[in-house]
Amino acid sequence: MKNRTLMSGNEAIARGAYECGVRFASGYPGTPSTEIMESFARYDGVYAEWCPNEKVGLECAIGAALAGTKAMAVMKHVGVNVAADPLFTVSYTGTNGALVIVTADDPSLHSSQNEQDNRNYAKFAKIPMLEPADSAEAYAFIKIAFALSAQFDTPVFLRTTTRVSHSKSIVEIADPVPVEDTTQIRFNAPKYVMVPAMARLRRIEVEKRMQALKAFAETFPENRVEINRTGIGVITAGIPYHYAKDVFPDYSYLKLGMVHPLPERAIRDFAARVDRLVVIEELDPFLEEQIRAMGIPVTGKDAFPYTNEFDPGVVERALRTDSVEDSPYVSPVVPPRPPNLCPGCPHRGLFYVLGKLKVFAAGDIGCYTLSFMKPLEGLHACICMGASIGMAHGMSKALGKKGEGKVVGVIGDSTFIHSGITSLLNAAYNRSDCVFIICDNRTTAMTGMQEHPATGFTLQGQPAKALDFERLAEALGIDQVRVIDPYDIRQTRAVIREELARSGPSLVISRRSCVLFRRVAGPPQKPLRVDPGKCIGCRTCLGLGCPPISWLKFSDQAPDQIVRNTKKQEGNAVIDPQLCNGCTVCQQLCKAGAIVAGEE
Amino acid sequence: MSKSKDRTMGDTPVRSILMAGVGGQGILRASDILCEVMMRAGLDVKKSEVHGMAQRGGCVTSHVRYGTSVHSPIAKKGEVGILLAFEKMEALRYLDYLRAEGIAIVNDTEIYPPAVNLGDARYPDDILTLLPLPPSSVKMVRALEMGVRAGNPRTENTVMLGVLSRYLPLEASGWNEVLKTSFPAKLVDANLKAFHLGRAA
Repeated sequence: MKNRTLMSGNEAIARGAYECGVRFASGYPGTPSTEIMESFARYDGVYAEWCPNEKVGLECAIGAALAGTKAMAVMKHVGVNVAADPLFTVSYTGTNGALVIVTADDPSLHSSQNEQDNRNYAKFAKIPMLEPADSAEAYAFIKIAFALSAQFDTPVFLRTTTRVSHSKSIVEIADPVPVEDTTQIRFNAPKYVMVPAMARLRRIEVEKRMQALKAFAETFPENRVEINRTGIGVITAGIPYHYAKDVFPDYSYLKLGMVHPLPERAIRDFAARVDRLVVIEELDPFLEEQIRAMGIPVTGKDAFPYTNEFDPGVVERALRTDSVEDSPYVSPVVPPRPPNLCPGCPHRGLFYVLGKLKVFAAGDIGCYTLSFMKPLEGLHACICMGASIGMAHGMSKALGKKGEGKVVGVIGDSTFIHSGITSLLNAAYNRSDCVFIICDNRTTAMTGMQEHPATGFTLQGQPAKALDFERLAEALGIDQVRVIDPYDIRQTRAVIREELARSGPSLVISRRSCVLFRRVAGPPQKPLRVDPGKCIGCRTCLGLGCPPISWLKFSDQAPDQIVRNTKKQEGNAVIDPQLCNGCTVCQQLCKAGAIVAGEE
Repeated sequence: MSKSKDRTMGDTPVRSILMAGVGGQGILRASDILCEVMMRAGLDVKKSEVHGMAQRGGCVTSHVRYGTSVHSPIAKKGEVGILLAFEKMEALRYLDYLRAEGIAIVNDTEIYPPAVNLGDARYPDDILTLLPLPPSSVKMVRALEMGVRAGNPRTENTVMLGVLSRYLPLEASGWNEVLKTSFPAKLVDANLKAFHLGRAA
């Protein structure tokens, strides 16, 4: 009983890795993968590091595995795009130890810019992939993944989805196995120097390995057959298995623990035992197409959606022939509640200014992406990590004179380090005319305050060299570097205007700690309030979209409460003191001087 | 994988609770505590929620499912037995998850979303008239007020757990035990008090 514990899929992966002797992990934060590294880093005797990006993370893990240890590289689905270059070739070399790449996919795009199905990477890069369905499997499968990596001399993928990473269920944990030191320097050029002559030979080894893995998959116990009623046989993997078991416990199942390579014989045997074969899988028809290519009649995406994650209701509606019982209740339409920048967020002042200046702001991935929304509307594109600088540069080159003083590229501090440095170098080299802005909030805020190379600390809390953005920009060839405080609206507006008017590239560093990052931001300031005796109802402060500020119509106020300061006034602003932390940005915008400090 | 089998209770069918509210209200912590109490009572339990973007003032939900053996960590619409709404409007948003005989426990607190703050949308006036449930299936709670009485307004989420506990077959001692280990020492008393104020409400 003592070892039964509730764990998220992410915590279970970290625990399993620790127990089976993994002592090296590297990665870059990204929802829904972040907690794997954070949990792993807390175990005794392990080494774990945040890298600038996923490519570096994978390369470090490859190096560690070449040294003979068990190494884990952790990233979200789009991180694998960044790491794809080393990925496709480490598939050829294998390692001297063991290497597992964890990819956390995000069906439904809960916190991502796309919902790519990374099972395709397994097939594309010829790397085996395991897919757990819950925390207990995540815990067990990471151990299997490391064992397979060593046994078949191959990198191995472990794929989760958001619902596996962020759901909690019961795991029975064990003690870690004693770790023996297997590291040493081993010279083996034919295996590790991938020049064409040697890579051609390794290429053949890859095909041999995949054949061996196919044979292994046929009897792999986690490719599990459950025969119940044989009318419908379901082939599935990952969390959809549980959705299906919930609503169709009587169907027969082939539950795949390994989604690449597929066990063809086991699939044929299963198909022969059921009347109708159905694949239940989120996103791409990855299993379905391969099973159909085996010449086995199968259905799937004719009934199931290509988009979004499933739930038991989706599975039930797709397969049930009789009517599905819905809730007797209908949710009334209520105002949406989108995520919003926090009260006192340093991004707010900057993006308010950008919105008012009517420039095109090529944006990036971070909390500040939210400022595309009303009322700020200060960001106008977002593609991927690091894209903003290159996009702004390309746009201004294409626009020529029409774009002068009208295009900026905005990027976060962690994002800039991730993949914006080379594009800033490009901007300097190719004589860009844009203003580039680093929203330097001193942390990786969106994923929950992770350290990065400019924070001065490592993942495991060691003091570290802190990257100096100003000196870096100078070294890249950006001569014009300005630092602003986005809490100072007048300065922010003036500096950005000056830099927009200047020719050549310039870098503005908008520096103010994330308001939730207490280590740097310190305690919140006292809340401000609106003096109704001064408020003229101009609604300027509402243009900040700050959560504590709301509009109180006179028509909703008791007649004796109304204080009217101008003829056409229809209401006044109010500030919720529970939410306000006194950043003063609204106070600076108030022409009537109605936003004041202190108690009423 | 081996499913955790029931050890102390008879065969319990799977039931679902849906917690709904706004980022920052302590919903994830509350559902963690609930699951821990259930696990220690010998039940299988799973929960699911989405982190990340949603934390920034957006809606937050946490599904909790428990019984002898649980498969899906998320409930389907029309299946939830108890909707625990930490904010009034969120009770309406997720109403279609409730089953016919389900109940709604609703915190009597209003948090305005951006469109309401800007005056572009109206906050629903009277939640009770919009809730098409029999009056006996709705429990309104003034959790913030009780949290203040317990000595810390941040215990609002624990008050909600206290109210919820009345509807679940779990011993108070199990709750106490878990609550004691779920908070820093200086916050334990306020949370225990908050829980029992909620349980008595």
